[in-house]
Amino acid sequence: MPTADPAIQLDRVSRHYAMGDTSVRAVNEVSLSVANNEFLALLGSSGSGKSTLLNLIAGLDRPTSGSIIARGRNLASLSSLELARYRCHTIGMIFQSFNLLPRMTLEENVELPLRLAEVDRAERPARVREALEHVRLTHRIGHRPTQLSGGEQQRVAIARALVNRPKILLADEPTGNLDTATGEAILALLRELQSQLGMTIVMVTHERPLAEAFADHLATMGDGKLLSTFAVKGVPQ
Amino acid sequence: MKPRDLTDLALRNLREALLRNALTTLGVAVGVASLVAMLSLGVGLQQLAAKRLSQSGLFDTIFVTPKNAFRGMGRPQRDPDADKPGRSLNDTARREFEALPNVIEVYPQVRFFTEIRFNNRPYAAVVAGMPDSSRNSGAFDGMQGTFFSSAAANEAILQIEFAKDLSDKPSSLLGQELVLRYAERQALPSTAANNDASANPGESSGGGFSVVPKELHLKIVGIVETEPAAGYGGYGNARLLMPLATASTLRAAQVNDLRDIVHDSGPAKTTYASLSVRAKSPSQVEALEATIKKMGFNVFSLLDASKSLRTFFTVFDSLLGIFGCLALAVATLGIVNTLVMAILERRREIGVLKALGAADADVQQLFFVEAGVMGFFGGVFGVLLGWMLGRAVTIGTNLYLQRQNLNPIELSYVPWWLTISGLVFAVLVSLAAGLYPASRAAKLNPVDALRYE
Repeated sequence: MPTADPAIQLDRVSRHYAMGDTSVRAVNEVSLSVANNEFLALLGSSGSGKSTLLNLIAGLDRPTSGSIIARGRNLASLSSLELARYRCHTIGMIFQSFNLLPRMTLEENVELPLRLAEVDRAERPARVREALEHVRLTHRIGHRPTQLSGGEQQRVAIARALVNRPKILLADEPTGNLDTATGEAILALLRELQSQLGMTIVMVTHERPLAEAFADHLATMGDGKLLSTFAVKGVPQ
Repeated sequence: MKPRDLTDLALRNLREALLRNALTTLGVAVGVASLVAMLSLGVGLQQLAAKRLSQSGLFDTIFVTPKNAFRGMGRPQRDPDADKPGRSLNDTARREFEALPNVIEVYPQVRFFTEIRFNNRPYAAVVAGMPDSSRNSGAFDGMQGTFFSSAAANEAILQIEFAKDLSDKPSSLLGQELVLRYAERQALPSTAANNDASANPGESSGGGFSVVPKELHLKIVGIVETEPAAGYGGYGNARLLMPLATASTLRAAQVNDLRDIVHDSGPAKTTYASLSVRAKSPSQVEALEATIKKMGFNVFSLLDASKSLRTFFTVFDSLLGIFGCLALAVATLGIVNTLVMAILERRREIGVLKALGAADADVQQLFFVEAGVMGFFGGVFGVLLGWMLGRAVTIGTNLYLQRQNLNPIELSYVPWWLTISGLVFAVLVSLAAGLYPASRAAKLNPVDALRYE
């Protein structure tokens, strides 16, 4: 269950892009609070700004204005190196197209964040195995991503995102490339891992039924603005 | 990222585009090879020249002449001690030289122009006496036949051109005899009593001397490419070499004898036209030269010449190095091209790495290490290839020399410092070539990179 302290606090966050003479407001004055251990689904049509907002929370991009406080740290005040460390230790990310490195085995893919975090080499095999156990893929440890189905690849991506034991998991359309049944299985797995490991999940999706089935809260975006937020099975807030 | 992880990832990336990276590495290897081959030829030539000169005995030998003697080799000498009185180059001086530290031996120069008869035909030649120490100096390494059987043997070693004059097949001369016809100095009766009974070669009798024709049969035991210390002393290259002890007993009239009659009008005494003082090593020549100069003699060594030689080869090597570097410069463009291509291909991967927590420096270092690894392997293969090129040039040259009846030479030489330098240079140049791609990869916007298809 979500706790009272917010894991992520967005205050009037904007992200504008210059496109020739005009300025595109991808994210416009969004204020949002995500509690610890909450599962938030960001809904919206294409171009609504939900992925941009996720990238801002991930520290992959910087807001034009406003502040993002993630686990007590204002991302706007972090240097490039500090943002990299934040992504490495605090954040786990999964993507619609899995983004596994095809030339590496599952073991090597999952080990990659441990290398970046400079985790001791002796400790890594156990950490990798543990992460793959979470997604029930230890038996495929020596395989390459191309030898797996889409659902399995997304499970590997989840293992890779979890291997550094992040407190926030950001998922960008994690079911976008999967059939409905597999998508449901992936979200069920995310939900299960959330309760097991205790973490905040922010998921971008345009599949409302899935979001409603698994998320605690839904936030809807349109034209870069936050249109509504409400608790699932509850009254819009 | 830790260095070992960086290297692991870099090697893995390089293996992914094996052909392209291998070709780029080959480009570096060719660049390094051209550099190493060029410099190895420069070093080889330098060594060849230094070896020849070292074998000639010129670099560890100081030639001492009296101050009133000729100005040696026609070189103008600016002697700061010119105003000091000169000393006579006699037995006393010789013993003083022998007593100096780091002196191996002191011997007079016996060199005279005379006639040699072989198969009843006369030949004009300069004859020179060789000290027995020449046996181990390396100067006679690779000669046909052998060195003199003893220090006072009636044997001769011929210079190859002279041997060719004597016979179409110089090697057939070995073991044959020739006749040395020379002019022996005999003291005039009025001054004979004053002369030293055991007069040394080069001696002069203050009261004059008469000249008597004499003959000596010599057995040809060897044929040498050139006379060691050729021409030094100013009387031309010797075409016939004989043991110094044997040459000394001949009391053959030498070029400076007439001069000595004019200069030494006093009582008869043993004086030398010149003495050769051999130092333990070339590094001691300079100090010995200064000491002997202070003793009141003219000295000359090829130390200055060796310095000029070193300067020449430094310039020569630099020029060769510049030409060699041109190929390496082209190879660096190959590295830049390969890495820029790699950035395009791995754009998404760079985005993933950054999303997983890679800092800009991690991405930069990854590309740096890839460039460095290509440089390292390019350097290793390049040094090997350069060595092989040098060997090929040496073999080709020696085949040509063999056809010309000349001795083989070591034209190229890859010293350890060239191996290390080639390797280090290849890595440094490759790292420099990786600067731009690495910086470009590091600056990639992760959001754009993740969108890239």
